[in-house]
Amino acid sequence: MTRILVPSGALGLGYDQDALDKGVAMQPDLIAIDGGSTDSGPSYLGRGVSKYTRASTKAEWAGLIRARATAGCPLVIGTAGTCGTDSTVDWLVDITREILAEEGLTATIATLKSEQDSVTDLRALPGAPHVTDEILQSCTHIVALAGAEQINAALQTGADIIIAGRTTDTAIIAALPLHNGDHAGAAWHGAKVGECGALCATNPQSGVILVDFDDSGFTITPLAEGAHATPHTVSAHMLYENSDPFILHEPGGHLDVTQARYRALDQTRVRVEGAKWVPADSYTVKLEGARVVGYQTIIMATIRDAHYVANIQDWCDDIAARHAAKVRDRLGDIAHTTELRIIGQNATLGALERTPVTPKEVGVLGIVTAADQDSARAIAMLLNPYLLHHPLTKGEEQPTFSFPFSPAETDRGPAYGFALHHVMELADPMDAFRLEVLA
Amino acid sequence: MSTVGQVAQKVRSKNAGPFWLTIDIFCGSDSAFRQIGNAVSTARVADLFQVAPDTVKRFDIADLHVIKFSMPRPVVQGDIRDRDMHGAGWAPLLSELAVN
Repeated sequence: MTRILVPSGALGLGYDQDALDKGVAMQPDLIAIDGGSTDSGPSYLGRGVSKYTRASTKAEWAGLIRARATAGCPLVIGTAGTCGTDSTVDWLVDITREILAEEGLTATIATLKSEQDSVTDLRALPGAPHVTDEILQSCTHIVALAGAEQINAALQTGADIIIAGRTTDTAIIAALPLHNGDHAGAAWHGAKVGECGALCATNPQSGVILVDFDDSGFTITPLAEGAHATPHTVSAHMLYENSDPFILHEPGGHLDVTQARYRALDQTRVRVEGAKWVPADSYTVKLEGARVVGYQTIIMATIRDAHYVANIQDWCDDIAARHAAKVRDRLGDIAHTTELRIIGQNATLGALERTPVTPKEVGVLGIVTAADQDSARAIAMLLNPYLLHHPLTKGEEQPTFSFPFSPAETDRGPAYGFALHHVMELADPMDAFRLEVLA
Repeated sequence: MSTVGQVAQKVRSKNAGPFWLTIDIFCGSDSAFRQIGNAVSTARVADLFQVAPDTVKRFDIADLHVIKFSMPRPVVQGDIRDRDMHGAGWAPLLSELAVN
């Protein structure tokens, strides 16, 4: 039997304090929370930083450190600081020490680091990009996703607070029930349902849920006032951010929920049994990597003139051709991509958009990507006169369009790209990870 | 003429990792599940998103009245050509598809 309290889907999203207090009073064996995701794009991994402010992270983490002290159980976070690099683990360790000092609390801290200096024998997953040694070497950060084995090793140190680098969302929850000998399929299935907090319940914003694991299944209990889990909300959660709603790959095997049965215990709680854990022949961990793909400068104009709005694509096409020629003339043969996205027409979907409309106004967003920031800015500056004054037809009086900013150009700094969708085989699960109990 | 969005309870799209997109159609009833399931073929979805039909995974989940499509992102999340970091814009496009 294992009882795990999940405060929310991610540190930084907030949680319901009353519900958390209720969970603490129910004597959990572990408080587990996820700290990250690739969902906000490659820049966070590329830079090794968190997407949430230090202030928000500190406020929410302090609440969990207090909850841990009251509950007398360990607290674990996976993928600390959005991307789970060594730098974001260290960042959260620093915040943790600051909180402990300010609150007059003591706790032992263990870190599990997931960052990789070099990776070999990669196996591509479906949809993976082509990788070369050059691409691998150009990655600013590569992380491996830890599974239940590495999280368990961290739990077995007896540390009070475990700050893990990149980890699968589920492993922080599945590790302890697996160690305790609860049903393996249920451990992973309950972890998958629980990893987004109360997203599996009727009041998704409330955050806090409790997952009870045993030798035949698991029970989900949302703790916020008015939040209910139903067989529908719980089973539907397997769809979320999952390309296959029945199969979930994890280090060392996969979860199969095809035969899972969901039963309402009462108005609030749902009991689930029947998931299967299928061990793999080899132990593999997934890798993520990001690298700089260029430097960007953006510029935006808004167009309110009806005649120009009606002919906006022609206007942009004409500007693109003239600008390309101007770049060659003024800057020579310089590698770059320049794109004009028409906001109000097809900026979200591009060529997939099939219902063109003529709005009152459109925005034209110029995005320049080049090998360095100075080049990107220079190329964007050559767009500026066109976006401000370019006429649709020869001979018409010079028009002027609206710019929201001065300067019109904004440097975006380095643009990062995801470089890996691969797995790496390990002889021992700890081979790619470093566990340390801090003094 | 009705659209998927008018017949279904909810349509959502999201990344499933940086390299895949997934779209869930919550039909809401058995009749809507059948109506949308019959009208929205995998080939139509592949054409809508301009991806190869054999890369589209389809799941018809009768118990939940859900039809789910997953496919590799035509442009990897965060690529300089990517317009939609979280894959949010695909749901409205699918919602506008006619079902009869």
